[in-house]
Amino acid sequence: MEDNNKNSRRKFLDKGLKLGLATAIGGMAISKISKLSAKSNTGTGEFVELMTTDGTLIQVDSSEIVEVVHTTDPDKKYNVREGKPNRKYVMVIDLAKCKNALKCQTACNKHHYITGEHAWLKVYQMQEDEDTAPYWMPTTCMHCDHPACVTVCPVDATFKRRDGLVLIDNERCIGCRFCMAACPYSTRVFNWSEPNQGDMTMDMEMDMKAEGSCHSSPEFAGLPSVIGTVDKCDFCPHSIDKGELPHCVTACPNGVFYFGDKYEDTVTNGDETVRLSKLLRDKSGYRLMEGLGTKPSVYYLPPVNRLVDFEEGLEYFTEFKSVENPEKS
Amino acid sequence: MKNYDTLLNDLAPQKFGRKGVIWTTLLVVVSIAGIIAYIDQVIQGQVVTNMSDYALWGVYISNFVFFVATSFVSTITVAVLRLTKNAWRTPIVRIAEIISVAAIIMAGLTIMIDMGRPDRLLYLFIYGRMQSPIIWDVIIIPTFMAIALLLLYFPLLPDFALLKKHFKNTKPKLSKWYGLLSLNWTGSDAQKSIHIKSIHLISLLIIPAGFMLQTVDAWLFSTLFRVGWDSTNMGAYFISGAAVAGIGALITVLYVIRRSYNLENYITDFHFDKLGKFLALTCLIYLYFNINEYLIPEFTSKKEEITHLNVLVTGEYAPLFWFVIVGGLVIPIIVLFFKKGRSPLAIFWVSILVVLGSWWKRYLIVTPTLLHPFLPIQGVPEAWRHYFPSLHEWLITAATLAMCLLIITILVRYLPVIPIQRTADEQEQLKTGKNLES
Repeated sequence: MEDNNKNSRRKFLDKGLKLGLATAIGGMAISKISKLSAKSNTGTGEFVELMTTDGTLIQVDSSEIVEVVHTTDPDKKYNVREGKPNRKYVMVIDLAKCKNALKCQTACNKHHYITGEHAWLKVYQMQEDEDTAPYWMPTTCMHCDHPACVTVCPVDATFKRRDGLVLIDNERCIGCRFCMAACPYSTRVFNWSEPNQGDMTMDMEMDMKAEGSCHSSPEFAGLPSVIGTVDKCDFCPHSIDKGELPHCVTACPNGVFYFGDKYEDTVTNGDETVRLSKLLRDKSGYRLMEGLGTKPSVYYLPPVNRLVDFEEGLEYFTEFKSVENPEKS
Repeated sequence: MKNYDTLLNDLAPQKFGRKGVIWTTLLVVVSIAGIIAYIDQVIQGQVVTNMSDYALWGVYISNFVFFVATSFVSTITVAVLRLTKNAWRTPIVRIAEIISVAAIIMAGLTIMIDMGRPDRLLYLFIYGRMQSPIIWDVIIIPTFMAIALLLLYFPLLPDFALLKKHFKNTKPKLSKWYGLLSLNWTGSDAQKSIHIKSIHLISLLIIPAGFMLQTVDAWLFSTLFRVGWDSTNMGAYFISGAAVAGIGALITVLYVIRRSYNLENYITDFHFDKLGKFLALTCLIYLYFNINEYLIPEFTSKKEEITHLNVLVTGEYAPLFWFVIVGGLVIPIIVLFFKKGRSPLAIFWVSILVVLGSWWKRYLIVTPTLLHPFLPIQGVPEAWRHYFPSLHEWLITAATLAMCLLIITILVRYLPVIPIQRTADEQEQLKTGKNLES
């Protein structure tokens, strides 16, 4: 009995679905046909000559010409988590040129309103071995193509974009700091207390208005910083938007930083624009901790043939400090 | 039935004496102090801790790992001893189940204390991504908690029915509660058969669940690049360490309960002797994995590994490291090898050492690694190169430990700490010489 019931129900459903489908197709067909007939009825007989994309001339009835409708505004369609289409941002840092002038750090701190003790950009005093020469090594976020931080994030707060950037949605971050533990480059910082950005918030708002966005976005230099969430170098998408270079690149007096697009195979430090592949080949470019398989987007050129002594940079080196207190300066 | 009367008189939950009240009050006070400190942390942010961008995890995480490890006790004692048909387990299983439940509840709470944005806790469920080890933890902790609760509750059913009768005239209100909790247990054959089957199933379930819980906990660290965590040894290392922490905690609690309830006739020297041997075995296994963890990197002497090991063996953390290895493992193993070392009082002190060692061991796994990242620590305040918990962190950590003990205390107050029905059955069996099922 139960079996029978089930069967009849199944049959009923089956038939019902088929009937529905047939009705829908039929309806569509009827509307199509009526449209076609409507068109043929209103033909004017006047023809217009047009050129197709491959260059041949064709004749079209003038009534057929319809203006192309731009369905969506490309700006509004832009997805922060997808990034700029057909771009792959990369940076090259020429260690041979770095004199530890720290202008990059100052500019970065200023433009990202960093108020804690944690600069996003650091210049390390490096020495591989006591017999080898010391050198200065600026580090930004490596914007890895296999980012360990993104893999471990439990809530998708930090994400990797098609244009290469690794950014943080600080409205999403739960503050577990797993990404900080995962990053081998120690690039991530945490807002342990309320980021006291004070009067600067007004500047921020003005800047953001100028950008045409009225709410914070992972793209806008992580503004404003949020207590209990993670921050880091963002490759300045707000500058890229304006067609400008990241702040560290423009601030550097020695042309250490090159920024560009890997797909265009071009990077520039503001003074000179060079082929990325050629630069990396000619000057033996490398990436930090390649062995970990993180595939960074930041390349380094080895500290060869340096123009100045290492000691000259030492006067700016502060072991325990990387941020000027904004209230005092 | 007379048999039951003595048992019930001995084993039915009793009101606390003076000492019990003082103990409970103390735990409540410590818990409240910690809650106040936590509220302050929520208001001010985690700046009240001594954590920094380098020591980005601290005592909260190591304390969490300790709780997770301790919750392993029901897997290693109740389930494993049951499946290996070790009949001597009867008087210790209830206490092991209670510790396990208390520890896993506190583990769940402790991990939230470490979150920078506890207000976004729900995001873990809304936006959770399976590839993150934290989500594995989010899944396995509630699962284990549910199984541990069932493992505590199911064997209690016959005892609840007994207690309902026992308190019928003296405490009618309490009796009613026990009656509700006993789920109409009558002791019929049908009920008994389902009962035994379910307990068997749950104890089968808690073994993989316990192993998964410890392994996921180990993978929280070994999935990261950091020197000292990036080790394939971690899973087994954590499981064996959890067995040590769990049995250590069990013996400590067992001794205290035996003394305060005068249960010398039920929890005998024989049981301590057996547990002592068990603890010695687990300590040996853990020592073996410790040797793997420290000796092999020392042998290959990779630069980063040596920096890390030197800090542990001779540097800043050397006193703690050697306390944990010698005090928490080597000395207990030596003492437990001797028959006298397995007498209740001796084994109690050994277990205290083991538990202390286990707690600090987790601290040593979490902290020193973070202070030796791949790139040098430069351009940050000097204080960021070191880590020792702040007052807030100590208060909150103490409160979580106090709350764990409070849960154990409350459960001990209202539950029979030794299974009454089962003990009665076993006594019956001794008299008649019949074999007991399960």
